[in-house]
Amino acid sequence: MSLSTTLTDTAQIVTVNAERIDAAMAIQFKEDMRAETEGGHDRVILDLSSVEFIDSSGLGAIVAAMKQLGGGRQLDLAGLSPMVEKVFRLTRMDTVFKLYATLDEATAADGR
Amino acid sequence: MVETFACSFQATELSARDGIGSVVSKLRDLGVSEARAGEVQIALAEAVNNVVEHAYAGRTPGDVRIRCNLDNDQLWINIWDAGLPLPDNSLPPGNPADISGPIADLPEGGFGWFLIRELTSDIQYQRTNGSNELSLCFEIELKNR
Repeated sequence: MSLSTTLTDTAQIVTVNAERIDAAMAIQFKEDMRAETEGGHDRVILDLSSVEFIDSSGLGAIVAAMKQLGGGRQLDLAGLSPMVEKVFRLTRMDTVFKLYATLDEATAADGR
Repeated sequence: MVETFACSFQATELSARDGIGSVVSKLRDLGVSEARAGEVQIALAEAVNNVVEHAYAGRTPGDVRIRCNLDNDQLWINIWDAGLPLPDNSLPPGNPADISGPIADLPEGGFGWFLIRELTSDIQYQRTNGSNELSLCFEIELKNR
């Protein structure tokens, strides 16, 4: 699983450099997210612009990534493709995460 | 017009990914819209993941066979495996996961059957001679027809 990080003044942007977060890579994603987000800003923006597909394992791994950030830190999601957004909407997880259509919109918002 | 096509693959996560990808790309070739093919992909991936993770749990992965029947307004996808039956030999209810609690209590799984039920118009399940047959139906509008 390839993740890369960019730091802004107020947030850490973690970009997923993969087309899918599915059952085959969900566990790796969760572990890599833990390593990538250890310490750092309270606000983490997960840039999903390259991701075309997630399944329920991938969704579960993103939920796990938010939970392991711990209290006081938040995980926002940016750049959701229509299919990825559909999975969040159907499971009502769009009410749990802040979703932004693009990374620019996510960084322009202060997250609160 | 009725189009029938089939594929089979070993029940591993990576082979399943390729098998599902080949079905979805065939559907696009046959005129299923990008959005609808995406929804079929979500449901099919959940159904096949269940076979990989549960039906063949703890045993040598067997085969998954898929046959698709596409006519002018419906797609039926039949999925066979030779693994364990569904619990109680019946389809799980697929209730929505409870996301009302605090973040620390959010579910990290249990979304699969809910997604399958949300995205299909009909589901059938049969256990026959040691095989599972799961049939998923989708309403389809073909492009350019």
